[in-house]
Order: sequence, then C-alpha cells, then structure tokens
Amino acid sequence: MNQPLKHLPLRAYDIESIRADFPILHTRMHDRPLVYLDNAATCQKPAVTIAAEKHYYEALNANIHRGVHLLSQQATDAYEASREAVRALMNAPSTQDIIFTRGATEGINLVAQSWGRSTLKPGDEILVTHMEHHSNIVPWQLLCEQTGAVLKVVPIDDDGVLDLSTLDQLLTERTKLFGMVHVSNALGTVNPVAELIRRAHAVGALALVDGAQAIAHTAVDVQALDCDFYVFSAHKLYGPTGVGVLYGRHSLLEKMPPWQGGGDMISLVRFTGSRWNHLPYKFEAGTPNIAGGVALLSAIEYVNALGYDAIAAHEADLLDYATSQAEAFDGLRIVGKAPGKVSILSFVMDGVHPHDIGTILDMEGVAIRTGHHCAMPVMERYGIPATARASFALYNTRAEVDALFAALTKVVKLFRG
Amino acid sequence: MSDLRELYQEVIFDHNRNPRNFGRPAKVDRHSEGHNPLCGDRLTLYITFDQAGKIAQASFEGQGCAISTASASLMTEALKGKTEAEAEVMFHNFHGVIMGTSDVDPAALGKLQVLTGVKEFPARVKCATLAWHTLQAALHGDQQVSTE
Repeated sequence: MNQPLKHLPLRAYDIESIRADFPILHTRMHDRPLVYLDNAATCQKPAVTIAAEKHYYEALNANIHRGVHLLSQQATDAYEASREAVRALMNAPSTQDIIFTRGATEGINLVAQSWGRSTLKPGDEILVTHMEHHSNIVPWQLLCEQTGAVLKVVPIDDDGVLDLSTLDQLLTERTKLFGMVHVSNALGTVNPVAELIRRAHAVGALALVDGAQAIAHTAVDVQALDCDFYVFSAHKLYGPTGVGVLYGRHSLLEKMPPWQGGGDMISLVRFTGSRWNHLPYKFEAGTPNIAGGVALLSAIEYVNALGYDAIAAHEADLLDYATSQAEAFDGLRIVGKAPGKVSILSFVMDGVHPHDIGTILDMEGVAIRTGHHCAMPVMERYGIPATARASFALYNTRAEVDALFAALTKVVKLFRG
Repeated sequence: MSDLRELYQEVIFDHNRNPRNFGRPAKVDRHSEGHNPLCGDRLTLYITFDQAGKIAQASFEGQGCAISTASASLMTEALKGKTEAEAEVMFHNFHGVIMGTSDVDPAALGKLQVLTGVKEFPARVKCATLAWHTLQAALHGDQQVSTE
C-alpha cells in the first residue's frame, strides 16, 4: 500500500457499488438508515482509505525522514508517495511546492504568518470576498492587527454571486494579496477564480485560493489557474481528518521564512543560530499525521478512478433534482442561487428555525448542517441567523433527496399542525 | 415521533408562535444580551423591579429556535413577582435539572417542566438554557453572555 499513485482505468459510475465502498453509509441513526447530507462539513471515507490508515499502523509505523532503519524508510516512502499523488492531483510543478498541513485552515494561517508577517506594512491591503469561510477571514484579521494592514471585502449580490462592479476600486496597487474561496461552503457558489487571479496579478497582488469546498467536486490545476497559493483539507476529499495541503508558488515558498520551528524543518541547529531545511520540509515542523497523510493517497486514487467529470455530473443531477423539489416546497426559500453552483442546497423555512429543522431531520436519520456554516458575514448579508444546508457527495442518491424532502414535510406537519 | 413529541410539546409550540413578554419595555432596570454562537441565536432580556425589589416585569426580544424562544417566554412569565434571590434559585433549579447535575425534583419547576425533554437532545441543551444564562448575567450586572 506504500506504492506510488496508480493510474487505474476509469470505473463505471455504478452508484450501488460505490455506496458499498463506504461502510458508514450502511449504519442506522435513530433506527433509520443514515441519509448523510452533511458532506460540506466532512465527507465519508471509502473502505480503501480506512484500510490504508489501518495498514500503516500495522505494517509501516515509524517516524519519517530520520530513521536509518528500513521501517522508517518505508514509512517515509509511503508519505512521500502521497505527496506526489497530491502534486499530480493539483498539477503542481514539483513535490517541493506541496506542504502538508493539518488542514486548509492551517495552510492559510501559514501563508498569513510567514509571507504576510514578513512582507506587509501599515496601509497595505488584503482583499477577501464576503462569502469566505471564517478560516479565510480571521487569519488575515490577525495579520492586520500585527502589521497595520487593512482588510477589504468584495461584496456579494442577493443570489450569492460576487459583485465585481467595484473590484477596480477594491483591488489596487495597495492590495498585496487577494484571498478567495473557490466554492462557497454556505452558498455553493463557484467563483471565477482564474479571472480573479489574473486581476490580482495585474495590480501586483498575490492570489490565494481556499479550495476546501472545491476539491471534492472539481479538478484543480494550479498551473492553469496561475494561483500563488491553493489550500484544501484531505477530509473533504474522502480522506482522513487532520491532514491538509498548501500548494505554494516555488519562488515565494523559497523566500518565505519558516512559520513553526522544530524538528524536521531544520538542516542545522546551533545555539548561535540554525539553518532551515529545503522545501517542502522548511514548513513541516514536528511529526505530522503520517498515517493520515499516507491514507490520503488511496482517497485520491478513489476519486481519480471515478473521475471528476463523472462525479460532477452525478452531483449536478442530485443538486438539480433537490433544487426543483425545494422550489416547489411551500414556505421554503433557497439561500444562494448562483448559476452553476455545486453540491450545496442552503435554505430557510417560514416559521421554523434551522436548528429545529436539523433536530427533526436527525430523528428521521437525515444528517444536515444547521447554523452559520462558519460564514457569519454571509448570514448577516442575508439578514438571517442561520440556514439549513444539505450538501451532496459522489455517493448520494435521488432516493436520499426524496428522504430529505419527506422529512421536511414532517417538519412542516409538526410545526404548522 | 414519540421522542420528538417529548421535546416539542404543545406548550412549546404555543410559546414559540406567540411568545409572551416579547419586546422592550419603556422602563428597564437591568438588561443583558445572550448569544449562542453555535446556532446564531440572540436574545436580549429586560428586567424591571418594583419598589419592594421584586421583578415587576421580565421581557425579551431576539430571534431563536422554538426551544430557545419558548424557554425565554416561559421564563419571563415565571419571573414575575420574584425577588433576585428567588430568581437565582430558579436559575439553579432549572439549570441543574436540564444538565442533570442536581437532584431537584423536576416537579419543582412547575410549568417550566415542559422544557425538560431537551435532556434527551444534548445538541439542544444550550437552546433551552440561553435565556437562563442571560438572566443570570443580567442579575450579576453583565451586559453580555455567550453559551460558548
């Protein structure tokens, strides 16, 4: 299982055999079959990925990049094979540009604290969009407090589409970095990131893309996008929790100072001063989640075997099917109606708070997310405290969408009598 | 749906649809703002005392789920005529029963007993206790409180 990424022939999209690959989909909640529609929070894991993590602990467990013994070499090889799989997935030029982190959030914090803190001056600006997850807002606020830089925000319209009419005023030579979410976790909007990156570069700003919500639904090519940084979390790509990826443009990573200090990130330590390890290890202090990193490879293989095109087509069908039922549902209002959005149906209902919807659905075995989805500014923009959110993954079915709406009918019955 | 009926009793629907003591009164002696960041619920509690030091009126405004709205509505009804010390005891009794940390007989809660179904729904306990934490903050002179 510590072999390099295999390029398997595309597998037929047989939903029953796909569902058979995910053990948790066959569990029951409140004595009903689990209908898991909280994929934007985290995806379920295929048996191969669970097995890969187990295999690591049973056959490969050793610390990496340091042992002289064979086991350590095998663990290192497995971990580095996963890095190569990530490089190939994102079409990054080199594995040196792939930094393993704890998650997308840590990747953004790394960029903010390493690049930002060493670069920004008072009056410099960071631009983000109004639909960012808190993880692409708060690290920049911390950085602004530390450096005197200023955070600016691109507004969104009533449908959840970026309002680019004022972008020329917001994106100026004062802007040093434009942080943008690729796919909004609260609204499902797919942003025109290639165009926004081009606009950022035109004023000399860097571009960071938060791909946490995109990576399970759409192929990402960091060279075609020409982004400077791209982050995602493995657990939203059917992989383990506690593992993330930061892709960075090589010339920038070379110049950036280390963020965390410790073992593995140094080449020489003396009390008079230390020297940093080369990329990517300069940014990987301490023992990482090796088992999770190793198992990520199998999740990437799993997605590759189905292919992004087939996954996207399947999920688009589910979203269309769910959206038409939602539009016909009395008293339900969809929040986020951007054309071409993916995977996410966020909504509110007349007279029923999202939290009550979530509890009643849960009793029917239907797991959705309710709340602000770590995007409080989005909720504020639409004047709502929270939404209910159903989010779809490659293993969901139309029957599960039907179960969602059957449960919503029970909500109405209970609340409206 | 039997479990759900334990949580969503008719009295709760009634108070959710028609919350009692809703709105800001003209005269306010104490107030506090409660926030449940997890679900976005917010409520502001207003308390007015009479000359004898008893609660003449408790009222609230804000938005929240059925459980938090009903809890706030029922609480404001129950507070009327109580002294500060009695209100404190009410808080401790309610909190203790809901959290399962006290051996107070739930019957002592009177009408508030309809909220005890929340015990079986750990994710919703904070909805039921938000108004009560806000009450305690108001009594202690804190103008803001969060359940997190």
